[in-house]
Amino acid sequence: MTNTADATSSATDSGLLLEASGVVKTYGAVTALSDASLSVRPGEVHALMGANGAGKSTLVKILTGAVHPDRGRIVIRGKERAVHNPAEARKNGLVSVYQEPALIPDLDVGSNLRLTHTPIDKFSAWLPKLGVEKLDLNEMIGDIPLAVLRVMDLARALALEPDVLLLDEMTAALPADLAEKVLDTVGKQRETGQSVIFISHRLLEINALCDRATVLRDGETVGVVDMGPGAEEQIVELMLGPQGEDDESDIHTRVSTGRDADESASEDRLPRLRIRDLSAGTKLKNVSFELRAGEVLGLVALEGQGQDELFGILSGSRRADGGTLEVDGVVHDFRHPADAIAEGLVLVPGDRSEGLLPQRSVRENIALPYTARARDWGPISMGSEKVMVDMAIERLQIDTRAQGEVQRLSGGNQQKVTIARWIAGGVDTLLCFDPTRGIDIRTKRQIYHLLRELAADGSAVLLYTSELEEVQLACDRAVVIFGGSVVDEMPADIATEAVLMRAAYGLPRAESTAEAPA
Amino acid sequence: MSAATPASPTVQGSSASTNARRFLKRNAWLLALLVLLAVMLVFTKFIQPDYGPRAFVILVVAALPFAFATAGQTMAIIAGGIDLSIAAMMALISVTAASLMQGQSGEFGIVVVALVLAMGLGVGAINGIAVVFTRVPDIVVTLSFFFIWEGAALMVLDSPGGATTQWLRDLLTGTVGASFIPTGITDWIPKALILLVVGLGAVWIPLKLSRLGLGLYAIGSDKQAAFRSGVPVNRTKVASYALAGLFASMGALALTMNTGNATPIQGPYLMASVAAVVLGGVSLAGGKGGFVGPIVAVFILRLARQDLTFMQVDPNIAQVVEGLIMVSVVLVGAVVALRSKRS
Repeated sequence: MTNTADATSSATDSGLLLEASGVVKTYGAVTALSDASLSVRPGEVHALMGANGAGKSTLVKILTGAVHPDRGRIVIRGKERAVHNPAEARKNGLVSVYQEPALIPDLDVGSNLRLTHTPIDKFSAWLPKLGVEKLDLNEMIGDIPLAVLRVMDLARALALEPDVLLLDEMTAALPADLAEKVLDTVGKQRETGQSVIFISHRLLEINALCDRATVLRDGETVGVVDMGPGAEEQIVELMLGPQGEDDESDIHTRVSTGRDADESASEDRLPRLRIRDLSAGTKLKNVSFELRAGEVLGLVALEGQGQDELFGILSGSRRADGGTLEVDGVVHDFRHPADAIAEGLVLVPGDRSEGLLPQRSVRENIALPYTARARDWGPISMGSEKVMVDMAIERLQIDTRAQGEVQRLSGGNQQKVTIARWIAGGVDTLLCFDPTRGIDIRTKRQIYHLLRELAADGSAVLLYTSELEEVQLACDRAVVIFGGSVVDEMPADIATEAVLMRAAYGLPRAESTAEAPA
Repeated sequence: MSAATPASPTVQGSSASTNARRFLKRNAWLLALLVLLAVMLVFTKFIQPDYGPRAFVILVVAALPFAFATAGQTMAIIAGGIDLSIAAMMALISVTAASLMQGQSGEFGIVVVALVLAMGLGVGAINGIAVVFTRVPDIVVTLSFFFIWEGAALMVLDSPGGATTQWLRDLLTGTVGASFIPTGITDWIPKALILLVVGLGAVWIPLKLSRLGLGLYAIGSDKQAAFRSGVPVNRTKVASYALAGLFASMGALALTMNTGNATPIQGPYLMASVAAVVLGGVSLAGGKGGFVGPIVAVFILRLARQDLTFMQVDPNIAQVVEGLIMVSVVLVGAVVALRSKRS
């Protein structure tokens, strides 16, 4: 492993194809990138790595001209460039393939190629190498399956013969055979002296394909790793950062639980929720797990591994393509969120605005699920509503000084309202999608407490979280999803950040018993 | 296997039969509209047995400003916007034209025509620049310009007035005369129809062949993908409104040519243009639809009005009937599209 100092010293060599250094980007008070750098040699496949929120996507947007950095230099082939849009980046020799194909859905294939000045003969020469045997130029983009579109996007980029090809999660949503051909072709780019910046969540794929990896953490380039045996471990370590003492130490003591006493009892009963082979689109494949009453189950996944689809299905806002969903032993097929709510499955969405009426009062927001049952149209019993709402406010310690409009509350208090609106009427199964994202530590702690309390009272809680340390703080068990499938399941006491991170990147849990980071 | 020709086995044009099927599928809506128009013409002949060339000429002349307004609206909507100021632009441009031509020679009329077309491009471009620059939604910006251009028109001419050069008026009225074609045919070809085809074709054909034309569809279909494909999104947006303005100026000229003067109060062209665009199979969300459909829709709506007059339906009820025709055609179309998608 070379560290940042080595990377900058090697950057003074003239042989670099692309070099970004000291890149800073802030959005208001939020710093997306504090000191990012990246240097790509000619003829190398270079991985760009970073956990969620490390600043990867911001750096990509800066390189491709979609976003302008506050500070920093971007040098391509020895010349400093200011890139203002993707067309300009392309002129400078940098072509990107995005996660979402940049093809116009209402135009046909030929028109899309004309739009980007793509030489059709070169485009069509690339396609069979990438595993697409037949393509009709008159076909509408909107009628072509996503996997083929992604390959077409890549073929279009290759046809432009860029100096640097930037691939963002290229193999996601590709079936295995296409992915293999794509990786093969990308690897061969080296021979022509062209370089590739490769972004992927699949660490194994990266180690097999790439020469070096740049790792970002908290908006900063923290290291450059040469690939080889054991490089995955180094990358994971760099992404995690130093595992030292954190600020408030008492939050790291696990919130107490009354679970152990009645654990044996709950083992015998039917699980509250049993999911078998649930699939949806290309994102979710045969996911199975159980959620029991009285437990908080942590769900861990990198971004876009199918958790959105899973929560969508469980909360009734989308339908599964296959598999079954059992609630208390009865199979259900939710067609509408109301169906899920009727079975006691309620959602605390990741985006607070999805669950709240921002211009209405705290009281109305909390009372809404309780009063909004179609058959209860008519006068609302204000007395019982008030009692319930007050109890929920009390229990969650919501700061109601600005209760006239929910949008004027702080983010943490808004999040409490999204939870309070479900517990006011009693909750069976709570589905929480990253409920503590962007919330202060005190409120986080209150939310963990509440989840534990709900579990102790017999509720079942499914907690998807992007903050891995939450699992040991609030959960009894953890399930890890990667590439749309469950890859690991473990009790909370062994689910340290390092173990979860490895599992979330699809690495096997080899030394789980030893639990010693390499 | 490095150099493959466009005729390589991988990427290819389609066989004749798939081409034909695809043509039918993509133009199903347009074909249905043409059938509807034909049915309505037969119906017209049925209720009004002496329907002949004269009534047809009146229809086309009356439809001309509507058709140009609709063409302009189509431009804005395909590119993902909407132009609520189109009728106000027509009023402003037509009073400008009529004021300029008053008391001037016939030759000066040529200058005025050129000037007015340029003015349309400019006024439309101002709409587009305002949309791009302020980042306020299109519907709000163009609603503001609805009032601004209307006010400007009243400043140019506060009551109906102005004049039109005689040769311009002659250009619109009557039918095409050519000694070698029997009058039985030429009687059915109003000069206004030629004007329409020339006006639309002069803009649409070059556009269809250029990257700007693709860009219009691209920014209306998926702005993000268009940006990433290297389409200059903002410039294309301005161009779409400028072209809408250009068609508005053609519509304004048609108005002035027909009436011989101009009125600063805008006509019913805004709602009619949106109606024809929707009926013509263009998606209000942008990116989808053609140019011919909306024009055919204009004739359907105009002919419907003419028929209702023949049937001596109370004009107020006629309005209701027009609205019902539109809703039911679009509804039936949507249901058919949904069914065919499922099967």
